[in-house]
Amino acid sequence: MFKIFKYSFYDLMRSRWNYVYLLFYLALGLVLLFVSTSLSKAILTLMNIIILLVPLIGTVFGIMYYYSSKEFTELLLALPLKRSSIFLGQYFGVAISLSLSLVIGLGIPFVIYGIFQSADIWHFGQLLILGTFLSFIFSGISYNIALHNENRIKGFGFAILAWLFMAVIYDGIFMIALVMLHEYPLEKFSLIFSIFNPIDLSRIMMLLKLDISAMLGYTGALFKMFFGNYLGSTIAMLILALWTITPVFILKWRSAKKDF
Amino acid sequence: MIEIKRLYKNFGKLEVLKGIDLVIEGKGVYAILGPNGSGKTTLMKCILGMVLPTSGEILLRDESIKKNWKYRQDIDYLPQIANFPGNLTVKELIRMIKDLRRKPDLDETPLINRLKLEPYLSKKLGNLSGGTKQKVNLTLTFLFDSPYIFLDEPTTGLDPAALIILKEMIEEEKSKGKIIVLTSHIMSFVEEISDDIIFLLEGNVYFRGTAEFLKEKTQKPDFIHAIANLLTEQNV
Repeated sequence: MFKIFKYSFYDLMRSRWNYVYLLFYLALGLVLLFVSTSLSKAILTLMNIIILLVPLIGTVFGIMYYYSSKEFTELLLALPLKRSSIFLGQYFGVAISLSLSLVIGLGIPFVIYGIFQSADIWHFGQLLILGTFLSFIFSGISYNIALHNENRIKGFGFAILAWLFMAVIYDGIFMIALVMLHEYPLEKFSLIFSIFNPIDLSRIMMLLKLDISAMLGYTGALFKMFFGNYLGSTIAMLILALWTITPVFILKWRSAKKDF
Repeated sequence: MIEIKRLYKNFGKLEVLKGIDLVIEGKGVYAILGPNGSGKTTLMKCILGMVLPTSGEILLRDESIKKNWKYRQDIDYLPQIANFPGNLTVKELIRMIKDLRRKPDLDETPLINRLKLEPYLSKKLGNLSGGTKQKVNLTLTFLFDSPYIFLDEPTTGLDPAALIILKEMIEEEKSKGKIIVLTSHIMSFVEEISDDIIFLLEGNVYFRGTAEFLKEKTQKPDFIHAIANLLTEQNV
């Protein structure tokens, strides 16, 4: 698996889009730090961008990489290599190169700014960790969608739809449900509901960490109430880890059963 | 030896292979022929483990290939449509495949010289013509000297000079005692090179034998008419 990972990783590291992605974060970090009055505010703004953008880019890169390397994958399948190591190697290549672009792109401006001397280092660290999780989760989901759909247009459509659902539609449904069921006790329902969406979960975690109650929203407040800051974060982190591992296992399982 | 027992493959409702029984034994060139959609590529991909049979068994040297990948060390495969990663150069691709097959010390220069690929070594694969890509494909196939060789439409895109080289290469490999299985739609090529013909029709082995035997059986003077006869016979 490591060899395939290495080649996928190099291949992606040489791709122009990966640099565009890195430069975007670099610019974003610099501009935000320049404009904002405090580090926490910059981190908060970053969070709002990252939480939507990272999943989108993860989705798009994952699906594009799968389809563009499809013929090559077929060549690899005829070589004495294990199937799972081919697909997992490629997936980790995508996920890790995306995560690196994020960490390096945002890391440089914050290091220059002097994040190591600041108390906000932990907040910033958590933001990067969440971004990495989201990169893994969404490239994993899109890789699975691509594996399932021979038709590229369809696969691309489904992947974008999955992102749109988690990023926008999910919250909408949630709000409608809350309004319609407002006569019932909804605490547990909303807790469970937010667990099933990694984007919501990341947002809650970051807001718990930043301790901004005004922005916590209904679910966040609930999380805080139920678990307290520390326990809430730990549980959310575990669920995020579950979100990361599950697509990998599905990928391994499905790729073993597929005809090429 | 390759042994195929009661091999079935369905893609959804479409039955492609319908209980193929086949034994390929001893050195030689085996040509799998048949009309489009008769299951030639599917059969080859089943042996390679790329397509998973619905039922049936495939044995390579008396060992089942199911849930096994190490047996592919003994196989060289030329895929029908070779599409390589566009931003790699020819040299990098060859190095990479050698590395992945754990034979990094093999020397590809004789093959490169023979197929006249030197001018393209540092060119990106995305910029190569179809014929040149096929030559790269051939280089990757013949480099590893495995006892089994599978060629899916090896003549695609090749010019006459390259075609002659390909024939020579196949003859040489055969003389080393290898089993070479190929598909092609160029009948003159098949007639010239193959020792044994396996004719697939609607997912079954319809005919098996030498080109001479086929001509005799169909009472046609040349190979291409004999094959055409097999096809029309079925339609009557």
